[in-house]
Amino acid sequence: MDNKFSLYKTMLLIRRFEERLLSEFSTGKLVGTTHAYTGQEADAAGIFSVTKPEDVVFSNHRCHGHFLAYGGEPYRLAAELMGRATGLVGGRGGSQHIHWRNFYSNGIQGGIVPVATGMALAEKIRATGKITLVFIGDGTLGEGALYESLNIAALWKLPILLVLEDNRYAQTTPVEKGVAGSMSGRFAAFGIPVWERDTTDVLDIQSAAEETVRAVRSGAGPACLILHTYRFSAHSKGDDPRLPDELARIRQYDPLTVHGARLTAEECTKAESEVTAVINDAFRRAEADPFPMLSPEH
Amino acid sequence: MNTVLDRLNFALHHAMETDERVTILGEDILDPYGGAFKVTRGLSTKFPMRVLTTPISEAAIVGVANGMALRGLRPVVEIMFGDFITLIADQLVNHASKFRWMYNDQVRVPVVVRAPMGGRRGYGPTHSQSLEKMFLGVPGLKVVAPNSLGDPAELLAAAIADDDPVLFVEHKLLYTRPLLEPGKGDLIEFQVEKTGDAYPAFMLRPADSARLTIACYGYNFEYARAAALDLLMEHEIFVEIVLFSQLSPFDLEPVFSSLARTRKLLTVEEGTLSLGWGAEVAARAVERMDGLRIRRVAALDLPVANAKSLEDAILPSVQDIINAALSLVL
Repeated sequence: MDNKFSLYKTMLLIRRFEERLLSEFSTGKLVGTTHAYTGQEADAAGIFSVTKPEDVVFSNHRCHGHFLAYGGEPYRLAAELMGRATGLVGGRGGSQHIHWRNFYSNGIQGGIVPVATGMALAEKIRATGKITLVFIGDGTLGEGALYESLNIAALWKLPILLVLEDNRYAQTTPVEKGVAGSMSGRFAAFGIPVWERDTTDVLDIQSAAEETVRAVRSGAGPACLILHTYRFSAHSKGDDPRLPDELARIRQYDPLTVHGARLTAEECTKAESEVTAVINDAFRRAEADPFPMLSPEH
Repeated sequence: MNTVLDRLNFALHHAMETDERVTILGEDILDPYGGAFKVTRGLSTKFPMRVLTTPISEAAIVGVANGMALRGLRPVVEIMFGDFITLIADQLVNHASKFRWMYNDQVRVPVVVRAPMGGRRGYGPTHSQSLEKMFLGVPGLKVVAPNSLGDPAELLAAAIADDDPVLFVEHKLLYTRPLLEPGKGDLIEFQVEKTGDAYPAFMLRPADSARLTIACYGYNFEYARAAALDLLMEHEIFVEIVLFSQLSPFDLEPVFSSLARTRKLLTVEEGTLSLGWGAEVAARAVERMDGLRIRRVAALDLPVANAKSLEDAILPSVQDIINAALSLVL
């Protein structure tokens, strides 16, 4: 598939999936909470366009976009979010605790980083050639386990790519109130090379990701990709202290608009109809699936 | 003569020789130092690529081990002092113990975390504790403790072979203890049986009908045995001892069968008294059978002091066990 169209379609799939998800809460088909990836789609689409299917991925609470860009099935994710037995993990994990093939996620800030570091170590010991990606955010920079892991990953030259998606807010706390000093300097202090981009243009992100992935795959050790981006929706559902002005202003960075300008109207329409069909099918099938029951032996 | 330390060291050597997935991580574990308590000595010389000395980063080390386990290896982590397991709580509670179940049984997490626990060496409040009780009852996490009666090598081998995470609690004073042999030494007074589990419980029954049951684990078996012999020699009171290797999840059938005979339970542990292992054993016992009498012997609810006079007063002693036993039967 054409690279430009493919990137657009991946971003659109994430956007429409997350929008559908948020709307289904009001219908009562979804319980619990979710952390929408809207606004950040270019990060996942760009990065997963340059990784290999066998690479290992550890994602966080905001994992749907990563999962869909990784190639995960929207139906299995929708079923998990609806608490169905056919969900990715049978309804046991829900939104932030999913696993499929080499994709893992957990809802603990910071704690996922040493786990991903160990995965990278395992792949290095077994000489599989796989690299490990771990997704963190600006909020994760407050967690000590991150820095313990950076030290170990650098000491042992582990094949791990740390993707720091700075969406400028840790839940409701702006970066100015949560992160002192330099983001890139944190990684540089451990001798970890940093690629940093302040963009929502998926082509820029793709080229930066391509360079970082190549660096990690070369065996030189860890690398970090810092992507400054924008989160369009609330942290989860209702917790958004930002004023309407700010929310309107950041829409100018909508990655779908930025990249969509490179596509023809026909291509955009084609992507829209294909994505709509996939999502409708995913939610329709998931909704018909049974709820899981606790077995006598658990 | 084989000590507990020898057997644990042998188990690590044997595991590394027979299973290339086994990797050891910990602080200061390389030869010639060989670890703070020498349990890992010789390993880095024989397997230099698979014995990884780490920065002082307990949380990250256990996290790294979790990731290795998820990707097909069998890591064994040494936490230098068991007191430091507070630093790995997140990795044990929110990661290691969760993955298998929350990923719908699609993964296994074969991690062993070894932690030297316990006091009586004058190390003071942050290097003498028995903190294992904080990790009892965590779904998906097994807590196991060796003793001088079972073979610690077999127990550690079982933990390494386990597909689920195991917190392996080694009392520091146990290391230099020789292994006991049934029918010899002070065990001559007991008939010893053990369960067929990977982490077996041992039932010690005296020649005559016992008047109480002592439940214990780890190093406190040494104290329980000394107390039982004193009760026999000085007071002609026969005691059954149930010695556990697995502390959590709780399988207390061996205690229940002993209590069916004695109706009196005494639990012994070195952790603090309140909300401890003994409290859960006692609760389950009274849920199972009526008319029991119960006492718990444990440390006072205080930090473990440095001065020997204070430490001795805070940690449970043989005399504490004897006194509690007498209060149950007299």
